[in-house]
Amino acid sequence: MNLNASHTRYSDQMGLFDRVFQISWSYLFFITLIAVIGYVALYSAASGNIEPWALSHAIRFSVGVVGLLVVALIDLKLWHRYAYWIYAIGLCLLLAVEIKGFVGMGAQRWINLGFINLQPSEIMKICVVIALARYFNGVTVEDIRNPKTLIIPLILVLLPTALVMTQPDLGTALMILMVAGAIFFLAGVSYWLFGIVLAGGVACIPVAWHFMQDYQKRRVLTFLNPESDPLGSGYHITQSKIALGSGGISGKGFLEGTQSHLNFLPEKQTDFIFTLMAEEWGFIGSCAILLLFIVIMIYGYLIAFRSNNQFGRLLALGITMNFLLYVFINISMVTGLIPVVGVPLPMISNGGSAMMAALFGFGLIMCVYVHRDYKFGKR
Amino acid sequence: MSQDTDRYKLFSRRAIVLGGLKIGVFGGLAARLGYLQISEQQKFQTMSDKNRIGHRMLPASRGEIVDRFGVPLAVNNQNFRAFIIPEQIEDLDRIFDKLSNFIFLSEFEIEEVRIAITKQRRFTPVLIKEGLNWQQTARLEFHLPELPGLFIEEGEVRHYPLGPATAHLIGYVGRVSETEMTSDPIMSMPGFRIGKTGIEKKYDPVLRGKAGSVRTEVNAVGREIRELAKTESEDGHRVKLTIDAELQIYCQELLAQHKSASCVVMDSQNGQVYALCSSPSFDPNLFSFGISAEQWEELLSNPAVPLTNKAIAGHYPPGSTFKIVTALAALEAGIIDDSTSFYCRGYHEVGRDRFHCWKASGHGHVNLKKSLQQSCDVFYYEVAEKLGIEKIAQMSRRLGLGDQLGIEIPGERSGLVPDKNWKRGHFGTKWQLGETVIASIGQGYLLTTPLQLATMTARVINGKKAVKPILTYDVEGLKVPKPDWPELNINQRHLDLVIQGMNAVTMSEKGTARAARIKEEGMSMGGKTGTAQVRRTTRAQRRAGVKNEDLPWKDRHHALFIAHAPIDNPRYVCAVVVEHGVSGSGTAAPLARDIMTEVQRRNPAINQTSGSESL
Repeated sequence: MNLNASHTRYSDQMGLFDRVFQISWSYLFFITLIAVIGYVALYSAASGNIEPWALSHAIRFSVGVVGLLVVALIDLKLWHRYAYWIYAIGLCLLLAVEIKGFVGMGAQRWINLGFINLQPSEIMKICVVIALARYFNGVTVEDIRNPKTLIIPLILVLLPTALVMTQPDLGTALMILMVAGAIFFLAGVSYWLFGIVLAGGVACIPVAWHFMQDYQKRRVLTFLNPESDPLGSGYHITQSKIALGSGGISGKGFLEGTQSHLNFLPEKQTDFIFTLMAEEWGFIGSCAILLLFIVIMIYGYLIAFRSNNQFGRLLALGITMNFLLYVFINISMVTGLIPVVGVPLPMISNGGSAMMAALFGFGLIMCVYVHRDYKFGKR
Repeated sequence: MSQDTDRYKLFSRRAIVLGGLKIGVFGGLAARLGYLQISEQQKFQTMSDKNRIGHRMLPASRGEIVDRFGVPLAVNNQNFRAFIIPEQIEDLDRIFDKLSNFIFLSEFEIEEVRIAITKQRRFTPVLIKEGLNWQQTARLEFHLPELPGLFIEEGEVRHYPLGPATAHLIGYVGRVSETEMTSDPIMSMPGFRIGKTGIEKKYDPVLRGKAGSVRTEVNAVGREIRELAKTESEDGHRVKLTIDAELQIYCQELLAQHKSASCVVMDSQNGQVYALCSSPSFDPNLFSFGISAEQWEELLSNPAVPLTNKAIAGHYPPGSTFKIVTALAALEAGIIDDSTSFYCRGYHEVGRDRFHCWKASGHGHVNLKKSLQQSCDVFYYEVAEKLGIEKIAQMSRRLGLGDQLGIEIPGERSGLVPDKNWKRGHFGTKWQLGETVIASIGQGYLLTTPLQLATMTARVINGKKAVKPILTYDVEGLKVPKPDWPELNINQRHLDLVIQGMNAVTMSEKGTARAARIKEEGMSMGGKTGTAQVRRTTRAQRRAGVKNEDLPWKDRHHALFIAHAPIDNPRYVCAVVVEHGVSGSGTAAPLARDIMTEVQRRNPAINQTSGSESL
């Protein structure tokens, strides 16, 4: 039975020292590279100042990288064992903001932890991935054909989705659904089931429209025709496109972006940071950034394929998917492909919560890599 | 283990599908970026520049207008204007509410501001009110902290120190209308005013100057970050007129004794106009901040048409002042000489028609000098019969009647000198001898303006050149060409005969304007009275002996007088017309006397400074 006898050194029992040696430093290098680009972009966003964004970005990253390594060095079995507990903690945090938001005024999506404003929904996305990975790790290829098997994971997904939806944060809710969908897909759920859900989803759009908040509806309408109100709600997207387009092939040059530095571009240090980079560095620069994200994606895949356990594979690809979703949504948004939904560009946009979540995720992927030769039982 | 291998295979297949999908999305994003940043680059570059580069115009001061001595006739005053920046205002109603404590804003003004706000970009200032006085400005400045989004700016507003006295001459300025819009960028400046009438209109391109501009890099809220390029503005040029401001005021006040009158005082040698007045007048300063509807209505409905410059646009039959034209034409044609005389028995018959002399009892034997002195009509009836209308018309034109003289203010009318051709063209009928007869004494179809009458007199006095009236003394930075008038080509002896007759009008015992002669030593004037019928005196009126002054104002005769002075070496000429003033000798001549006395006393042709204050 033991076909991998030669790898016993790494399987099941590894000392801390062994693990450190298993860390993929090249993966960490690319992660760091993204953060460095973020630092440079934020430096430019502040018109050539490290205050107020670039410096805190660097500090956050430095702290975060330590966290990443800690997460990576924790035994993967522990992540597996406590997967549902972690999920439960995430859910509690989500409930906490929900109650707090209910008591306070309006939609408050974060909890102040002193050094950081933690947005539980960001963490929750990863918690869902962990929980689902744990669940599907224990499901055989045969079981997965049985729809009953999907009841528990569906509950795992829909519970936080519903909570996030009531915040209301439609974007995050959709992201949780998409990440979960990816894991269901990777776990082997039949294509036709996806077909049914997709069809059902489309049918639900009118219903969803009905439940949307006014500002959400306005965003969608503005997206469909941004020129209708160039100084009102269409302003963001129009100015973003002007900034991108005027960047041209080679860009206006570092610190020379007129749209961003003259404040025509809104939210240039957060949601529209990609626009700032594309304006200053042009098509070449923006494609280079895309390429970097592709590299991150490829690492995710290589690690998943290399992993010897289903838990690790699903975890690696699930989290990669989660990360890429941010990237896709953010860039689609600033290029005017989808409505403005307020999703940051992870590791680059100014903001603590998103970076913490991203680094936590990368830590888990790294953990999968470090423990790539582990084999799990079904439970 | 095979269980896990199967799962791994399934996972791998699914992962590859999902990975392909993601690569597809990346490809889509790259394509989108390529579209925006390569295909559409030009378009977005332009939009970005439009965003980034702001144009701000720099105002140019409007050129001053001064009289011949430098007395200001049109100047620029400080104009405090209140603006709001819509972007910085939370509650517009509250602002209006607060403002009403300090300045008066009508419903209409508030409505205008509201409309302007909706039309402009949120950071473009909107004018609330201009022409704020010191007190209002000070109070607003003091309360600025309570009025966020409000600011006060100092601009310029046109002011006319002489007010009504120069209203027709200088004109006024107003907002640019659609038809006046040209490509000159200065016109789009807030608060720019264009010359609407008078000198302000004629010289507007010179007066308005050139707007400067600053190209600035602006940020999203329109705040200027740095200057990219700057062109300084050029102020308008100063225009100096030939007018003597004090004489102008004097004349205007004089004319104001009558319901409606006008006068022109000019120089027979160089054509310079010293005074050009039309009464009643209006205050051009009313137009500075936009005239109210009531005031405008009042000006329009006044039967004495205060808005019309009657000195250049009033059409009057010249009456007996025209006799000098008929006399010169007859002298030139050889029909009369200084000794030729006709017998006046109070009327003259042409065919079956009887033409009356103003003196029913007749003048007896009348020669040229006496015909002018006593303004005998019959003398001219006799002459006209032999002379014919064509020769009269020709002489009229040579003396400056029947066409515009090209004075430097718009609105000049051309008058009318009828002849056979004109009548055929106009009525399609043949010219009648009787029409020549009444034309000879300046009645019938003949129409002249006061400016033409003054010019006619100037040409007679000048004798050499066909003088034209000139208002421009000089324009700063601009070459005003020296006038080049054609020769008059009228026999000097003939002119002297006519001038002698005109001198007799005031100087001799029986002259029609004897009562209005100037008694000051060396200032005597010569002239010619004119009493122009507005409506033909009917037989019934003649029989009943109805006095003209008892008729309704509109039906009374016009009173005219043309004059020159001093008689020894005449230089100044003037024409005075009092609408429906009944009698040339009784109404117009005394005005001319006062005007001619004043102009000689001031002697603007010789004096270099404007009288009293400069002494």
